[in-house]
Amino acid sequence: MSENLPARAVSVPSVGHVAVPNAERTAPLSVLIGTLSSMQNAIFPALAAAFGTGISGFGIIIGAFVAVAIAAVGTLFSYLHWRRLTYTIGATDIRVESGVLSRSARSVPYERIQDVSLEQKLLPRILGLVSVKFETGAGGADDLALSFLTEKQGEQLRELVRERRDEADAPADGQITEGDAQGAAPAREEDATPLFAMGPKRIFTFGLFEFSLAVFAVLGGLLQYADSFFDFEVWDVDFWRDLAEEQGGWLLELGAYSQIFSAIAGLVAVFMIGSATGLARTFSREWGFLLERTPRGFRRRRGLFTRTDVVMPIHRVQGVTIGTRLLRYRFGWHSLRFVSLAQDAGSASHVVAPFAQLEELNPIVHTAGFHLPDDRADWHRATVAYRNVSIVWDLLFFVIAGVIATLVTLAFAPEWTGLAVLIVTVVAVMDAVAGVLSWRFKRHTLDATQIAAVSGVLAPSTQIATRVKLHSAEISQGPIARHYGFATLHLGLAGGEFSIPGIPLQRARRVRAKVLQTIAATDFSQLESQHQRHAA
Amino acid sequence: MDTAFDSTPLTPPATGPATGPATAPDASDDDALTQLDPAYVTSLRLSAVVTAIPFLIGAIVAENVLHSAGDGGIETVWPLPFGVLIGLVVFVALVFIIRLPMRRWQARGYNMSVDRLRVVRGIMWRSDTVVPFGRVQHIDVDQGPIERYLDIATLTLHTAGSHNASVHLPGLNHAVATRMREDIRQHIKRDTL
Repeated sequence: MSENLPARAVSVPSVGHVAVPNAERTAPLSVLIGTLSSMQNAIFPALAAAFGTGISGFGIIIGAFVAVAIAAVGTLFSYLHWRRLTYTIGATDIRVESGVLSRSARSVPYERIQDVSLEQKLLPRILGLVSVKFETGAGGADDLALSFLTEKQGEQLRELVRERRDEADAPADGQITEGDAQGAAPAREEDATPLFAMGPKRIFTFGLFEFSLAVFAVLGGLLQYADSFFDFEVWDVDFWRDLAEEQGGWLLELGAYSQIFSAIAGLVAVFMIGSATGLARTFSREWGFLLERTPRGFRRRRGLFTRTDVVMPIHRVQGVTIGTRLLRYRFGWHSLRFVSLAQDAGSASHVVAPFAQLEELNPIVHTAGFHLPDDRADWHRATVAYRNVSIVWDLLFFVIAGVIATLVTLAFAPEWTGLAVLIVTVVAVMDAVAGVLSWRFKRHTLDATQIAAVSGVLAPSTQIATRVKLHSAEISQGPIARHYGFATLHLGLAGGEFSIPGIPLQRARRVRAKVLQTIAATDFSQLESQHQRHAA
Repeated sequence: MDTAFDSTPLTPPATGPATGPATAPDASDDDALTQLDPAYVTSLRLSAVVTAIPFLIGAIVAENVLHSAGDGGIETVWPLPFGVLIGLVVFVALVFIIRLPMRRWQARGYNMSVDRLRVVRGIMWRSDTVVPFGRVQHIDVDQGPIERYLDIATLTLHTAGSHNASVHLPGLNHAVATRMREDIRQHIKRDTL
């Protein structure tokens, strides 16, 4: 079965006359994956059965029986599923027929496939299997996925779909004459130039910034789980007090200095655990991070246990977002994402550089056909009226909060009223200052080819979109905005949001007119061919 | 700051601020908007009537229940005389049936040029959307039962953008809507599968 694919890929170079395409099955080893994962699911019911009947020889036999039964049923279903799922590589589309009792057939035309990605979770990776996902931009659950093919098959299928897609695109565009598709075909992965990679040292630094206390939440959940199995009251205060008195009796006798010391030691422990969690998660997600520029677009590989391999054609990149966080920004670390219609593990945009200095991001941004705003950029801000209206709007909430706080404290504890009002006032003033600051740092710029918006004081983020790849432009105004003459400009970006609030109406109209002029000059179907020619 | 902006190389026709000649990109913002078909007002009124009926029935039932509770010997807690609740509902319904459709019709408008469609709507919250034909993925012409009776239709343009994924233009004469669809379709070079 695996030798069928390359043979057909070569024998059918042109679109149109394809001999009856064969329906293929996924790799038989997929059944084994089904068995293994159902065994995983069988562990808890089996334990429950074993302990539920009393811990004796009899209980263990019942537990083993339950485990075997669940695994057998899982294997049967997995086998049926494998047996009844076929895929067909057609001339113009890829079709998948599946379903044991009710049958479903899905067809995805090649030209609608945004991206083919390969994913390997731990188990399939050990068995040399991959799951192949076809991104259509329809969003998560509606995307087509084949689990599992052998690594070789997956790679070949990906190449095949890409070739077919380019063939399907070419006649429609009618403009690719430089032999783009054929010329690039022989030189495949050898042409890859690395754009960004993260070694263990970088991932370690990254992990330190990914401090996470999630492990405590998990521990809490486990304790509660244990609660229902053993006679152990998690929420019983007496239990903990007794424990503290038993274990901590000696602690109380040590005196104040030692208590402070142990408190600090506790904080250090929490910090260590948080850092360790962050490191572990970062290492497992980002291990071997490599971003390359290949003839087919950007290729990103990463992951320690679950290895993913994603290729995104350059012309599918709709916009880029540079983000950062409070602490890492002080050290100059940023992340870079590509906005596109394809999804990346549930998030709307692809992370192409999760942790990098700005000068490392620059070449990636350039390769994608964008540029960072330079010193000559003509920055524009929102109107002062917009700033004042937003601040007043925020203050309204603080006034309401202040009134409630005053009434409540007057009714129950009059001596605290002064403090409550003071706290609300201080927070309100801080919010107003933050409003002024964020207004100062929130700006946008439009140049010949792209539009960029920057926002954020302590952790600024930059969003850049190409003028030609916007899909619509809307100017919206509420009653207050109309009174003060400002407006919000919403730009239709595929796979993302791009709006510029509070700018003067004249400015909004100008930006919209210029953007529309660029858009109207290029038809949607020419967008891709243009970029393909650029890439070639 | 506007002069610096004007120096961008891609936009030579941008001549000065505000109203330029008809070819200037700003022109579309000042072009007169085409009003929707007057039948749109009727369709809004009819749907407002349909929506108002359940509320009116509810008000009549509620009023009867509240007042009959008093008749049964129990002291009624409802202080207002019979008809106030119904009157209030009728008043709100009349505003929605008579006044608002007219205002909404006046606030709405569109402008179709060679390569783009501009849709303006909203009484309080104004919105002014422009969709270039080159970015339209597919086009719908829809008619509900009321719209069919009045021979009007809703034109919907779908784009690939996440914001304004579909732009609706209701209240067009059906023939106008289909003609607009054909015009716009000329611009969509690749058929959507």
